[in-house]
Amino acid sequence: MILDHDVVVLGAGLAGMRAGLEAARNGVNVAIVSKVHPVRSHSGAAQGGINAALGAGDSWEIHAFDTIKGSDYLADQDAVEVMTSEAPQDIIELEHMGVIFYRNDEGKLGTRAFGGASKARTYFVGDITGQALLYTLYDQTLKSGVKVYEEWFATALYMVDGACRGVVCIDMMTGELNLLRAKAVIIASGGMGRVYEPSTNALICTGDGIALAYRAGAPLMDMEMVQYHPTTLKGSGFLMTEAARGEGAYLLNRDGERFMQRYAPKMMELASRDVVSRAETIEIAEGRGIDGNVLLDLRHLGRDVIMSKLPQIHEIALDFLGIDMVTDPVPVRPGMHYIMGGVRTDTDGATPIPGLYAAGECACVSVHGGNRLGANSLLDTLVFGRRSGLASSAYVKTVAAIASGEEFLAAEQRRIAALMTRPYAGETHARLRLELGMLMDAKVGVYRDEAGLQEALAGVEQLKRRYQSVAVGDKSRVYNQALTFVLELGYMLDCAEATVHGAITRKESRGAQSRTDYPQRNDADWLKHVVLRYQDGQPPSIDYLPVTITKWPPQERTY
Amino acid sequence: MKWSIEVGRYDRSQNPSGPNVHGYPPPYEAAPAKRYQIFEVELDDQAMVLDGLIAIREYQDESLAVRCACRSAICGSCGMWINGKANLACTTKLREVAQDGKVRVESPPSMPVIRDLVSDMTPFWKKNLSVRPWLEGKKPVPQGLEEYRVPNAAMENLIQEVSCISCGLCLMDCESFAINPDFLGPAALAKAYRYADDPRDATVKQRLGDYSQANGIWECTHCYMCVDRCPKGVAPLDQILKLRRMAVDAGFTNNAGTRHALAFAESVRDSGRLNELTLLPKSVGLFNIPAQLRALPTALNMLRAGKMPPIIHHKIPGVDRIKNIFKKVGGLFK
Repeated sequence: MILDHDVVVLGAGLAGMRAGLEAARNGVNVAIVSKVHPVRSHSGAAQGGINAALGAGDSWEIHAFDTIKGSDYLADQDAVEVMTSEAPQDIIELEHMGVIFYRNDEGKLGTRAFGGASKARTYFVGDITGQALLYTLYDQTLKSGVKVYEEWFATALYMVDGACRGVVCIDMMTGELNLLRAKAVIIASGGMGRVYEPSTNALICTGDGIALAYRAGAPLMDMEMVQYHPTTLKGSGFLMTEAARGEGAYLLNRDGERFMQRYAPKMMELASRDVVSRAETIEIAEGRGIDGNVLLDLRHLGRDVIMSKLPQIHEIALDFLGIDMVTDPVPVRPGMHYIMGGVRTDTDGATPIPGLYAAGECACVSVHGGNRLGANSLLDTLVFGRRSGLASSAYVKTVAAIASGEEFLAAEQRRIAALMTRPYAGETHARLRLELGMLMDAKVGVYRDEAGLQEALAGVEQLKRRYQSVAVGDKSRVYNQALTFVLELGYMLDCAEATVHGAITRKESRGAQSRTDYPQRNDADWLKHVVLRYQDGQPPSIDYLPVTITKWPPQERTY
Repeated sequence: MKWSIEVGRYDRSQNPSGPNVHGYPPPYEAAPAKRYQIFEVELDDQAMVLDGLIAIREYQDESLAVRCACRSAICGSCGMWINGKANLACTTKLREVAQDGKVRVESPPSMPVIRDLVSDMTPFWKKNLSVRPWLEGKKPVPQGLEEYRVPNAAMENLIQEVSCISCGLCLMDCESFAINPDFLGPAALAKAYRYADDPRDATVKQRLGDYSQANGIWECTHCYMCVDRCPKGVAPLDQILKLRRMAVDAGFTNNAGTRHALAFAESVRDSGRLNELTLLPKSVGLFNIPAQLRALPTALNMLRAGKMPPIIHHKIPGVDRIKNIFKKVGGLFK
């Protein structure tokens, strides 16, 4: 089946729904397509809050500086200016849409402190901010009547003369392949957390849109910048929000010492995430951890603060470790959480490919550079979701009707049919996925070096070869997850390969890229973005883009 | 540790012309047969049911269909029947539900099935949509960078519902939904409360009128199943009861639900006990003969089972003290 829309948004998290709403407001025919129901999207797991310089004594310039400093000066400052200066209006709009933000005594929006921020500018709903935002945007999507294709899984972008003109999807309910033909496609499919094992990310975060855009010719940027969150739960790796430290929680080593005083004497536990994750890794490596973890201590906050402001993480620690954080500290360690890199875009979400846009975690504008500040990701999704929705709806008016697509769809149907009938040869998607995740966590984690990265590269290349013989262990048409897992694994391998190449290329330490063999930041040679282009069957081609500096020349970064 | 997981298997594509496993009232055995298959998995004693299902899907049978994403009760994907009770697989420990190491999981019979543990949640989403689940902001909308000024308590009051993850457990095991598929159900009505009691909403009165219609707030039978099943403490029944109070206060009393509640209260006020004989006529309307006739078979069954209430209704001793309680409580029932 071929269905026509002006704009198709791939992904129904915060960026996708915000983009879809904006496009609809501008009078174009828009559809959102998602492999899960919108409210199952991983945006809902964001806990702590969303940043904006809205309060007295704060300004978007201070927010911009904090963001740029947090990025280790790799963020493009024009993009950061856009995000931080438009943030207040986007927060207010969310409030008008119905988000039940925390209020201060005057009934105005109230804030909490967050990592790397010199002012308390994080707006929040308990520790379910992402969920509160996701549902509000879903409710607004329902109100708008925007068409949502739920549980449709994307297999390829439809390219015509170098421009993106749609996306082919499997309707999970029937197993049928359909082409959603469009004049513009916005990729808003989130991150690739599952490339790592463990990760705080949901099982659905497999880099689908990133890989699809990459294969279609869109360059990826700064893929080596993978954020490890300092507080993920022992064992399962679930997220313990930074808001815990924002509310005053301590990080302790086995001696009960607040070790951050030795690494970031001013900001302590609220230094940037890369800084705290490195500190924890050193504490653990030097024998001051407990069983590979450090402790997150909230006891002094008291039951009332924990239960009213952090109920979800209280429940998760209780469910998965049997620990009541009111009475006991929680063992935590750094864990893969977010990617700062992604599909390269301008501040309108446009990629260099005509008709192809990207927004949210899958995109790299870049506003996060080498390290994202907590509570800046929700903001990123809204500002650049909105801007890509607006820009694409203007763009589609310049595009004539899209013809054909039957042949492309038929070829894609043949490709999937061939995959379905591939005989079992001893390899399963589950085993390869696990091996990939453990390899990436071990070799492309908080600290990296050339030898480890070369091992990772060889490992990923070998996994890619083995992937060619992975069979689909389910032959049904209806809700065939074995098929989508195999396709996801392909996306993950492409994302992993790009990440490793990025990390090998950048021979310095900046933000989340900490190379023990190049321990210093090197502005003379590496104040630039690493850009990767896909080449079928070969390593990606690599070139560089300058970092845009507007008002804030790089300085030494201390917390 | 070895666990034995018995999974209800079903594939819609293998039953193209057969009946949907949909909307079957209890006893659920009447629903079309699914096949049960037993898997053995090796997992530690902290493992969740979902860990078991993922282990099966990854290393034993890739055709096992189960929705899951976050694995920590945030995304709401993995609602299913575990030993005949709706629950989230991701936060249900095997050791807490398994008897002799055995547990049975299946899609709940109250929902259509797509494949194995994947239910068709369409009924759930349709109900959600029908309560107008979005803010109709009061005019004028604050200008510039101004928010609606509201007390924090009014926002905190709504967090309970905003914690809802749409897992659908409440609807899956709702007793009223089981006998009336058109009942809006616990989650949708909790969502209805979330917008009806938002001080920023301009359409509260209209909402309360809508929710008082048939299949709305008065269709709930207070069985507390939703409160028991909810993994996030939303307590949908509590939200429904708040809506009822708001609706009655707003004057939406001309409906069977309100009349039933009033008749119930009046009977207790005046006699200290329930007069079941007058409850029905007072609820549906004294002159609503068709509705009363429709209840006749139930009445006859009650008679046959020896459950007929006494024809002559007696007051309990000391009924005046009960009247005083009503006076103190005030409201409609004084």
